[in-house]
Amino acid sequence: MSENILHVENITMQFGGVVAVNNLSLDVNRGEIVALIGPNGAGKTTAFNVITGVYEPTNGRVDFCGENMIQNYPKGKMAKSYKGENLGLYKNSISKTPDQITKLGIARTFQNIRLFSGLTVFENVLIAKHMRARQNIFSATFRLNYKEEQRMRREAMELLEIQDMGHLKDDIAGSLPYGIQRRLEIARALATEPQLLLLDEPAAGMNPQETQELTDFILEIKNNYNLSVFMIEHHMDLVMQISNRIYVLDFGSLIAQGLPEEISNNPRVIEAYLGVSDDAEN
Amino acid sequence: MAKDNEKIIQQNMLKPDGLNPKVKYSIAAVLLALLLLGIWWLEQILPPSSIIFTVLKKGAIYSLIAVSLNLLNGFTGLFSLGQAGFMLIGAYTYAVLTIPPESRAAVYMYYDGGIIDFALPVPVAMLLAGCLAGLCGFLIGLPVLRLKSDYLAIATLGFAEIIRAIVQYDKLGPITNASNLLRSFPVFRSTLFPFIVAGLCIAVICLLINSSYGRAFKAIRDDEIAAEAMGINLFAHKEMALVTSAFFAGIGGALLAMFQMMVQARAFTSAMTYEILLIVVIGGIGSITGSIIASFLFIACSEWWLRFLDEVQIINGFQLPFMRSGFRMVVFSIIIMFVVLFYRKGIMGTKEFSIDGIYKFFRRLFTGEGKKPKEQKGGGAA
Repeated sequence: MSENILHVENITMQFGGVVAVNNLSLDVNRGEIVALIGPNGAGKTTAFNVITGVYEPTNGRVDFCGENMIQNYPKGKMAKSYKGENLGLYKNSISKTPDQITKLGIARTFQNIRLFSGLTVFENVLIAKHMRARQNIFSATFRLNYKEEQRMRREAMELLEIQDMGHLKDDIAGSLPYGIQRRLEIARALATEPQLLLLDEPAAGMNPQETQELTDFILEIKNNYNLSVFMIEHHMDLVMQISNRIYVLDFGSLIAQGLPEEISNNPRVIEAYLGVSDDAEN
Repeated sequence: MAKDNEKIIQQNMLKPDGLNPKVKYSIAAVLLALLLLGIWWLEQILPPSSIIFTVLKKGAIYSLIAVSLNLLNGFTGLFSLGQAGFMLIGAYTYAVLTIPPESRAAVYMYYDGGIIDFALPVPVAMLLAGCLAGLCGFLIGLPVLRLKSDYLAIATLGFAEIIRAIVQYDKLGPITNASNLLRSFPVFRSTLFPFIVAGLCIAVICLLINSSYGRAFKAIRDDEIAAEAMGINLFAHKEMALVTSAFFAGIGGALLAMFQMMVQARAFTSAMTYEILLIVVIGGIGSITGSIIASFLFIACSEWWLRFLDEVQIINGFQLPFMRSGFRMVVFSIIIMFVVLFYRKGIMGTKEFSIDGIYKFFRRLFTGEGKKPKEQKGGGAA
């Protein structure tokens, strides 16, 4: 078993009276591609938002590279209305903002593409380099960070060249075709130099050919950048083809986990999720 | 690999539309020199009371302030209306610190000459004016930057009003002279002074906008959530934008005090902020050159070209109706309505947001450093 990189433990996310994610525990090991699947509204994106610091979980903890990154327990009003389990297991409250988490080495893409649509492709990637540059607002304004700036530009350009987007560098991001925008979003996430890449439905709205290209692309970047990938996806062929392990979420709770072939034969999963596609075929 | 890098760097350096950056810099420098020379020449041949100088001076000052507001509204996406407050702080700081001790008794006649009995050199006082405005920007940013869009606008507007009230507070009289005006501080005579100071400040803002931090600001403007996911600390960057904007608004306020030769808190109303906001909108939100062009046009219209509307005009013994004091503002409002209706993105706005023009536009801003508006200024002068 290789080294654990992301450890999610008993995460419960409750909004008012609604439990969006209930007692979710999962692990991602270094070098793995792990998929999180489930019907619409199962709480997958909410789980992503907890891991990336957009939401503070109601209860539970998240470790990254063996270090406790997020921890929380129901407080205040929530202490009374809390419907989840494991009350009292966690005593600390540790939270990080999304930018701090990105700095730790978790990069993400969004379900609905969120590029800086008014800026060029090159600037989009360059912005991701901003956080790791050694500079401050004075050195940057008066061009004392010249070497740093050149390094950022060179690295961003290299990344674009490797991703075959070098010729698009001066194009406005918002004007690109959908598939390329997806790829650019992944390239931009790579520019933050992550160890773990979270992909939220990377193949949404893609045709089979584009999906196949994306599958190859994900495998390629995983190997080239020594990444671990954790992704939400609905395209079963993509998921079955590249995932090492799969977690299945339904109504906020984990209903199954295991290898792709185990999942595709699991009756609960078929009932909750894959069963739908069977019906559609008939 | 080394070859690859070389190629990439070259690609970054080479501008697709031709001109070598060195040539561009030289052209910009020559144009700037010509502009300053032109103003100097105008000063030699025209009487100092000429309306042209008023327009040029006030236009230069307003362009600095408009650009500082544009940094917030157009480049960081923070809808702030506190600019009059920062200008007031700058103007008062400058005035209070530079009134010569011998004149203080006359200025602070109700407060026994005030409690300050020194005068700082002009550049130091101007810098302090900017710094104090920046500090206020920082402090007001702490609570206010948690708000978004309209709420941020209301909060900053409130801040500006509060500052105006505080400065007029009677107990602060020994420092601020309360609601009485401050005067007798050193002022500039030459039109070159506001041009050079405002030009330098705008150059610094341009450099900032084209730096890594400027890109981060634009990222926040385009998509806050994505910017945060790219590791940009939203609060810190918004604070930086606000402090920088306040700093330059403070310097602009000091220049305005010099231009008016007196300062009174009563003048720094929200109407002043709206004037500046109007300039930014007319020029194009997110366009520095647009702000500069618009401020000269705005000032020229309100101070010069439409002045005649305020005077009673008699043609062949027939007195034209409506032509009396205040009519200028009516016409002015109509013109602005037309501009807003037909140039919805402002004078420069469309160029900036055209699909292939944006990168070129920023580059032109960067290399030309306001090349275009400088020409415009020259045109206005000639």
